[in-house]
Amino acid sequence: MRRGWGHWLYLAPALLALGVFLVYPTIHTIIISFFGPRSNEFVGLANYQRAFTAKPMLIAFRNNAIWLVVFTAVTVSVGLLLAVLLDRVRYEAIAKSIIFLPMAISFVGAGVIWKFVYTYRPAGTPQIGFLNGLVNALGFQPVGWLIERPWINNLALITVGIWVWTGFCMVILSAAYKGIPKEMLEAARIDGANEWQVFRYVTIPFLKSTIAVVTTTMIVFVLKVFDIVYVMTNGAYDTEVVANRMIKEMFLFRNYGLASAIAVILFLAIIPAVVVNIRRFRAQEAVR
Amino acid sequence: MERLARALGRAPLHLVIIAIALLWISPSLGMLISSFRPQGDIINSGWWTVFQHPFDFTQFTLENYIRVLTQEGMGRAFLNSLFIAIPATLIPIAIASLAAYAFAWMEFRGRQALFMVVIGLIVIPLQMTLIPVLRLFFRLGLSGTFLAVWLAHTGYGLPLQVYLLRNFFGALPAELFESAYLDGASRWTAFLRLLLPLSVPVLASVAIFQFLWVWNDLLVALVYLGGFERVAPVTLKLSLLVGSRGQDWHLLTAAAFVSMILPLAVFFSLQRYFVRGILAGALKG
Repeated sequence: MRRGWGHWLYLAPALLALGVFLVYPTIHTIIISFFGPRSNEFVGLANYQRAFTAKPMLIAFRNNAIWLVVFTAVTVSVGLLLAVLLDRVRYEAIAKSIIFLPMAISFVGAGVIWKFVYTYRPAGTPQIGFLNGLVNALGFQPVGWLIERPWINNLALITVGIWVWTGFCMVILSAAYKGIPKEMLEAARIDGANEWQVFRYVTIPFLKSTIAVVTTTMIVFVLKVFDIVYVMTNGAYDTEVVANRMIKEMFLFRNYGLASAIAVILFLAIIPAVVVNIRRFRAQEAVR
Repeated sequence: MERLARALGRAPLHLVIIAIALLWISPSLGMLISSFRPQGDIINSGWWTVFQHPFDFTQFTLENYIRVLTQEGMGRAFLNSLFIAIPATLIPIAIASLAAYAFAWMEFRGRQALFMVVIGLIVIPLQMTLIPVLRLFFRLGLSGTFLAVWLAHTGYGLPLQVYLLRNFFGALPAELFESAYLDGASRWTAFLRLLLPLSVPVLASVAIFQFLWVWNDLLVALVYLGGFERVAPVTLKLSLLVGSRGQDWHLLTAAAFVSMILPLAVFFSLQRYFVRGILAGALKG
């Protein structure tokens, strides 16, 4: 191998771009999070204090927590269920394509699709939203899915996220599931284990590390969830989330100090999940 | 008889799978069908009623598409998205390939440490960079320009791309490069003639992921192009239409489909690379 300074020619463009668009802005954001709205007066921890006490922020934290629990639990468990079930049928490929399809489209597009699904018309008029059409056919009153707070509307938004991301969990878990030696599953069945026991005592332990990777990936997504909420409700009726709040403080209220503090909080919350994720990803690559 | 019994025993499995598949596809189906229905029909009946007379093609129209493409600005937005996404895919991959080549096949002090720093940047969420970068663009007079978005996406995409490409480059056999150097090839020649052609599959996966990421991005476009409708990509334009055309579902459904036709085409034609790209891209912070 050759030595010299030539390697810097290859590294320079990347290092320059990383410096300008990631390193410098990150440091700058941390600094201005201790300053006022226009970044000209030092305010200490005031922005952080406000970020943790202001009412809209408390609602946003609560909603991110609901997202964290419901979204993560459903995407991972339904993804796992589909991985196991689809392995047993011949039309696996086409079924997988259908479930994975939403990963291809933008969250904005997904938001519009589902806003239409949730469309509400007063009782007595024809329902044009799929969900209220269904509710109507079953003989109930139509529901304002994006308005009824705090559970129905937040769960309605979370459903959109689940619709998009379950396919991702399914594909990763399915690849790992197919890696389980068939003899292991057969041996358990011959020993008299029923399907549930095989799933519980062979499949789950074998997939443990993959489940962990998928789970942390979902957590990272949830902490930063933005587009779906921005397009569908923009935080109205108590559906606010932290990332959307940051954009509002930045654009609507021009409070760069508070917006930066929220970004830093988001950053600190994400670090552990991403670090775990990168570690596991590298460990898996080493195995391959 | 036994086969029949087994088939019946498997019926619940098929039912569950088919139910889930129907559940998954019905929202998109509703959008697709509605985008071809006249406004009057959409207001007065649910999209599922078209199945009452499925072969009556007179109930469909292209009117909504013509209108969103010409009058509502989705045609322009589609071109903008192309102008944004193609360079915002090619520039970072070119830069990342150069850096990954250096990290994989050049020896220098602190190589491993520097590489770890670059990977470490994956953890930085976009939100941490928005305000300083926006101010920078303002000062340089770049906000509202395609160049700003290309540069931003380059910075944001690099850490993951350098990581993925270095792993692939590093796994190539050392003898390849040694014999090329012995034959008198320079580093640059080895990079162009040897490394890049050998890496087409991984470059394709990374490119597809980056392209879809940029095409589907709202946040970066919103922040750096937000106030300038003339340069808005499809995602931004669609979100603006949601604001201004709240209940005009004949327009919103058609506009939504315009915004997703290209990603869907990529999905169906390049599924293998697509899945690989998405899986690798999941690491993006």
